[in-house]
Amino acid sequence: MEKVERINSEEMVGRIDGRLAKNKVVKGLFFAATAFTSIILIVLLVRIISQGAPYLSWDFLQNFASRRPEQAGIKAAVIGTIWMMAVVIPSAAIFGVGTAIYLEEYAKKNAVTRWIQMNISNLAGVPSVVFGLLGLTIFVRLFGFGNSILAAGFTMALLVLPVIIVAAQEAIRAVPGEIKEASYGLGATKWQTISRVVLPYALPGILTGSILAFSRAVGETAPLVVIGIPTFVAFLPSGIFDSFTALPMQIYNWTSRPQIEFHNLAAAGIIVLLVVLILMNSVAVWIRNRFQSR
Amino acid sequence: MALTAVNSKKDNQSTQSEEVLVYNTKNCNLWYGDHHALKNINLEIKEKDVTAIIGPSGCGKSTYIKTLNRMIDLVPGVKTNGSIEYRGRDIFNKDFLVEELRTRVGMVFQKPNPFPKSIYENIAFGLKIHGIKNKQIINETVEKSLRGAALWDEVKDRIHEPAYGLSGGQQQRLCIARCLALEPDVILMDEPTSALDPVSTLKIEELIQELKEQYSIIIVTHNMQQAARISDKTAFFLNGEVVEFDATDTIFNNPADSRTNDYISGRFG
Repeated sequence: MEKVERINSEEMVGRIDGRLAKNKVVKGLFFAATAFTSIILIVLLVRIISQGAPYLSWDFLQNFASRRPEQAGIKAAVIGTIWMMAVVIPSAAIFGVGTAIYLEEYAKKNAVTRWIQMNISNLAGVPSVVFGLLGLTIFVRLFGFGNSILAAGFTMALLVLPVIIVAAQEAIRAVPGEIKEASYGLGATKWQTISRVVLPYALPGILTGSILAFSRAVGETAPLVVIGIPTFVAFLPSGIFDSFTALPMQIYNWTSRPQIEFHNLAAAGIIVLLVVLILMNSVAVWIRNRFQSR
Repeated sequence: MALTAVNSKKDNQSTQSEEVLVYNTKNCNLWYGDHHALKNINLEIKEKDVTAIIGPSGCGKSTYIKTLNRMIDLVPGVKTNGSIEYRGRDIFNKDFLVEELRTRVGMVFQKPNPFPKSIYENIAFGLKIHGIKNKQIINETVEKSLRGAALWDEVKDRIHEPAYGLSGGQQQRLCIARCLALEPDVILMDEPTSALDPVSTLKIEELIQELKEQYSIIIVTHNMQQAARISDKTAFFLNGEVVEFDATDTIFNNPADSRTNDYISGRFG
């Protein structure tokens, strides 16, 4: 008979100090990571606000582009960005959520679906310049939209589509099977179950993912450069087929000029961009909270 | 041709009017992929009976009850053959829409699964998906169903509050009420008390006794005492087969098969 060594309680109690020390070290590491990110963010914000805030004025918001920095404003870019997002948000939401619903609720889980799934995930990592080239080929040239709001909006929608699809899929997958069963058990059709049970439950999650995606669309510059969005625009668009400029284009243009005043204007432009982002995200958070407080 | 077929069916039913079947399962087999989960099931389930299905874990009892309203369709890779007739119509027939079957046959699940909506909306859901929009009808049905599930007195002051605020037992009775709102013919219950405490379990059992006046009830349970207390007939499943199906008294006091005897006397399972 082999002698079985018994568990020694005293030894286990003696190890508690060591385990607690490890506990503290790990907590410290995570805190350091958070602190590092926060400090970088604060430095960035302080730098931009101190440089740009003096240039923020009603005139800055009301003026069009100008050769003279004291007369240059951001009006065309703010309005242009709003127009562009008015194209991006509905088109990316409809195609993104639609694709996610199809893949999660309708598609058979076979090799083809897995292949599509893998490609969607990979698309999220494709450089935005490539999407710009795609937009240039398809929307600007083939469909003949030119460098219009529509062409830019669709290009940006394509860019953010993979992120929205993946986020919406995660949210749809997180809907408990039991409540879907409850709906089917009452004789509901698939669409009734999706529209009345799955989507309301998944909406907060879909919105959280979409907020990030749309924020990216507001800030992206490269695809707009590739499809030839102008930077010097002295008029407001009156429809989606008009030419326009957007905030990141305007900022990019100002930073590449030699005069220091334009660099300061760029900083002021970044502040405006941040405010637009905060407003957009607040709306999304507000919608999300309304749906969560059921 | 079609007319005579219908007539002869009617004659058939009237001659057996004392023994009306809601479900007649004939040589039914079911596979999950390669796994043969139901083996040649033959069961006749009578109207207004409480039929209990007992058996050890993995014996196919849940699979069978989920087949009765074709919830099993939601599992990928399921194959069936044979037939299950619901009031003379084969539920596997393409012409018998699952939406119709599930409207006539309600289901209560193992875990209480109310929607993340108010108590009122939980019950109104079934009516709304079937196109009932009249507020008054919906209001009356909500009250009637909650009374029918013995829940009205407990929740009448807060029917517009979230259903998740109810206790587990109340949630399960809400799920029964949700089922009753569609005035089903049969109610399937898949281990409805397995997630509940003894007091809530007792309330559901009492409720089942009241409901059997109006509905045919088929209940899966792993609790043999429960089957003995509430059912008229009991089917004992083992390894995907029906070992024995008889009056509950007979199954528990004088079973014909030694395996049934072993199971109910607690020798396995």
